[in-house]
Amino acid sequence: MSYASGIHTLTIPSATRCLREVRKFVTQHARQAKLTEKHINALTLAVDEACANIIEHAYQQNPDHELTITMTFESKRVVVKIRDHGLPFNREGYQRPNVVELSRKRRSGGLGVDIMRRMMDKVEYKAHENMNEVRLIKFIRQSE
Amino acid sequence: MSNFSVAFRDSDIATILTVCGELDAHTAPELESAIKKCVDEGKIHLIVEGNGLEYISSAGLGVFMAYIEEIRALNGDIKICALKPKVFGVFDLLGFPRIYHIVETEEEALSLFNQGIQPV
Repeated sequence: MSYASGIHTLTIPSATRCLREVRKFVTQHARQAKLTEKHINALTLAVDEACANIIEHAYQQNPDHELTITMTFESKRVVVKIRDHGLPFNREGYQRPNVVELSRKRRSGGLGVDIMRRMMDKVEYKAHENMNEVRLIKFIRQSE
Repeated sequence: MSNFSVAFRDSDIATILTVCGELDAHTAPELESAIKKCVDEGKIHLIVEGNGLEYISSAGLGVFMAYIEEIRALNGDIKICALKPKVFGVFDLLGFPRIYHIVETEEEALSLFNQGIQPV
C-alpha cells in the first residue's frame, strides 16, 4: 500500500471546545493518506492529548492564545508538530503515572503524556525562545 | 453544542449512567458533574454504560480516577460496561481493568453488584 504525502496545517484558539475540530482534522488527513484505522486512532488520540496539555498547562486554560498543528505525511512516517507560545513543558518533573496510585490520590490528571508516548514511536519537545514545539512521530510500515 | 451526553436510570441495585458521544478535556466535566450528583444523592452503586461512547481521552479516564476511592470508601463502586473495542482499548492501555470492573453487559455489572464482588 502506498501512502499519500502532504503537509496540512490547522491553527485553533487555546480552548478545549476546539479539540473536536483537532480530531476531525487529524482523522480526515490521516484517512486521506490511507493510514490504517489503528494508526488513525493512535494519531488522533495522541494529538488530542498534546493539544489538551498545551491548553491546560502551557496556556493555563486561557482561551485567548493559539496553537498550530502541522501534519506532514512522508513515505515511511507521519510527523505532527504542535507549536505554542505558552509555558514550556517541564520534562524534569515528569514521571510515568501509575493508575492505582493516581486513583488512590484521587487525581484526575497525569495520563496524557503517557498516552502520547504509548501511541507514538517518538515524542520530542523543543523549547525555542518564546515558542514550544512538541513533535509526534509515527513510523508507517508498508505491511501495516 | 456539546458532543457528549449522560442520562441517568435507577435499577433496584444500581444507578446506570448511559454515556454517549465523545469524552475529552472539554466534555469530561459533564461526566464529573453527573458522578458527583450521584454521590451527593447517596447513589454509590454506579454503572457507566458506554455503548454510545465513541471516543475517550485521558481527561475522561481521569474522572473515574478522581471518584473511585471516595465511592469505594463508602462501600460503593463504579463498574463500566458495554464499551466499544476502540474505547476499551484506551482503558486497557493504561491498566484500568486491573482495578476497575469493566464488563461486556449491563447485566454482568448488575450481577457483580448483586453478588457484592469488588475488584481486587
